[in-house]
Amino acid sequence: MGILEVKNVSKRFGGLQALDDVNLDIQENTIHAIIGPNGAGKSTLLNCFVGKLIPDTGSVIFDGHSLLGVKPHKINQLGVSRVFQTPEIFTELTVFENVMIPCFAKRDGAFRMHAIESVGSETDIIEKAELMLLDVNMQDKKDMHAGSLSRGDKRRLEMAMCLAQDPKLLLLDEPTAGMARADTNNTIDLLKQIKEQRNITLAIIEHDMHVVFSLAERISVLAQGTVIVEDIPDNIKGHPKVREAYLGEAQV
Amino acid sequence: MFNLAKKDRTLLLIVAGMVLLAPFLLQPFAQGSGMAQFNAGYPDLMQRFVIFGILAIGFNILFGLTGYLSFGHAAFLGVGSYSAVWMFKLLSMNVIPAILLAIVVSGLFALLIGYISLRRSGIYFSILTLAFAQMSFNIAYSVLTPLTNGETGLQLALDDVRILDGMNTNGTLPSTNLLPPSLVNGFEMRDTYHLEIGSWLFQFNTGYYLSAIIMLISFYIALRIFRSPFGLMLRAVKTNQTRLNYTGINTRPYTLAAFVISGMYAGLAGGLLASMDPLAGAERMQWTASGEIVLMTILGGAGTLIGPVIGAGFIKYFENIFSKINDTVLHGWFGWLPDGMEDAVVWFVHIFVGKGWHLTLGGLFMLVVIFLPGGLVEGGQRIMNLFKRKKSDGAGTDKQHHPKSTPHVAE
Repeated sequence: MGILEVKNVSKRFGGLQALDDVNLDIQENTIHAIIGPNGAGKSTLLNCFVGKLIPDTGSVIFDGHSLLGVKPHKINQLGVSRVFQTPEIFTELTVFENVMIPCFAKRDGAFRMHAIESVGSETDIIEKAELMLLDVNMQDKKDMHAGSLSRGDKRRLEMAMCLAQDPKLLLLDEPTAGMARADTNNTIDLLKQIKEQRNITLAIIEHDMHVVFSLAERISVLAQGTVIVEDIPDNIKGHPKVREAYLGEAQV
Repeated sequence: MFNLAKKDRTLLLIVAGMVLLAPFLLQPFAQGSGMAQFNAGYPDLMQRFVIFGILAIGFNILFGLTGYLSFGHAAFLGVGSYSAVWMFKLLSMNVIPAILLAIVVSGLFALLIGYISLRRSGIYFSILTLAFAQMSFNIAYSVLTPLTNGETGLQLALDDVRILDGMNTNGTLPSTNLLPPSLVNGFEMRDTYHLEIGSWLFQFNTGYYLSAIIMLISFYIALRIFRSPFGLMLRAVKTNQTRLNYTGINTRPYTLAAFVISGMYAGLAGGLLASMDPLAGAERMQWTASGEIVLMTILGGAGTLIGPVIGAGFIKYFENIFSKINDTVLHGWFGWLPDGMEDAVVWFVHIFVGKGWHLTLGGLFMLVVIFLPGGLVEGGQRIMNLFKRKKSDGAGTDKQHHPKSTPHVAE
């Protein structure tokens, strides 16, 4: 039994069958990569995990809870965090405030009317936020405006924000897209380190095969809205179906 | 003291000092001098300064923090006024129950309107609030006439019930008070103590000081909200709702709470207006009144603590002082010019003052929005920075070792 079970999920946008009977089983404490050519339905699938989209048919079960029709913030409170393709952070707040918010969300839940206490007196939150910044090596930037960070730093900040909630499952949508090789390698190391230090499952959507094969313990290949192969990385590399799916796009 | 950071405490003390000394500060010119026109230290206007200050502080909790631009806040002002006048008619001329009822009723009204309007954001939210406010305005004029007295406006009458102190009326309309005049004198809202020093006249009005103290309390509460985790969440709503949702935060109750709080502030302001002058008319709810609130906040500096208060003061000053400068006054000013020139100058200046005060205010508003997007507060900050830089240059300090603190939204 995996931590995230996807059974017979289909999703249709008008005339386009984005997902066609997808089955997926992500095991606890693994790094699971979902790869596939452009338009294979990777992002649509991810959106079905976080409550942004509701599949037409099928079921998505996380840790014993069905996620169908559940609002994004409730799914998050169950333990699913998401890193976006373009970092979603609070650009007008400082880096430190950015990290404090998920700490509050973890401690106080979806809503709490804490209007009279001062942020400065929340020592447990401040301590935790400082630890999270230390984890991604950004403590020297804590008073900067998040909007003025470099793209790489924005991603690291978003990662810290997601980790501050101690999620059981962290979904990463192309975490290295648009990065230079050196930054990409840093991200790979960071993800490995996260995985080692925590009790966490990572699901990664990625185009960069270097990233996929450095990290993934299991790989699902999505093509035309359906999972064509799911296996360990060594078996994926030379798989004929995968070659066929990627033909003309990239060398696997 | 007050559980505030040092910077905030200083701000609060400065505001408190200015508000409490306003009868002096706003009366810089001697009676009868040519500049006496510009004195603003009379009770009616000072009351307006602080009451509209409360309104703008409350509006800023919604607009400044969450970015939700309500175009219907005048509705809460109106509802507050009606509630207060009804309290004067039915219960007693004491302002405390009237103000409390105004806050409660406008809070409930804000809960209803906010619950529906906050289903949408951006321009759709603004339009929904505008629609609600205009609906309230029109209903107050028509079907709700029994409650609002329609076009005439709700006012006191000799045959009002007034359960607690109705028997005290002897043929004249009573006036609003903080403590009944049968017990203590000098606590009626209209009571004013005149202090004459030389040719200067200073007026200390009970109504003003009550409003001023309530305004300071409102300001203090707003300060605490700005610095609280709740305030942090509201600012987060403004920058990225998607991220908040994916961080396990339900944004709806946060925005609704902000909406209701700011509605209650508006209701409080409405209640105070009625307490100063027990009369409530539907025009108080019209969309132009809502627009004025938006204008005050943006002019002073949305999202800043003190900005909205400054904006409110500015607009009320223009409305009451500039509008009073008529041609006779202008001729008095420019009488020393040669005849033809005098007429020309008066003709030109005439456009900008008197009934044309809107033009001056509009021009000022445009200048502020274009050159100081952070409002008058940003202008003040820039001037301060200019002085600070000069000072530190003079002392020859090493800039590298005094990094500039990052600008803060809530400054």
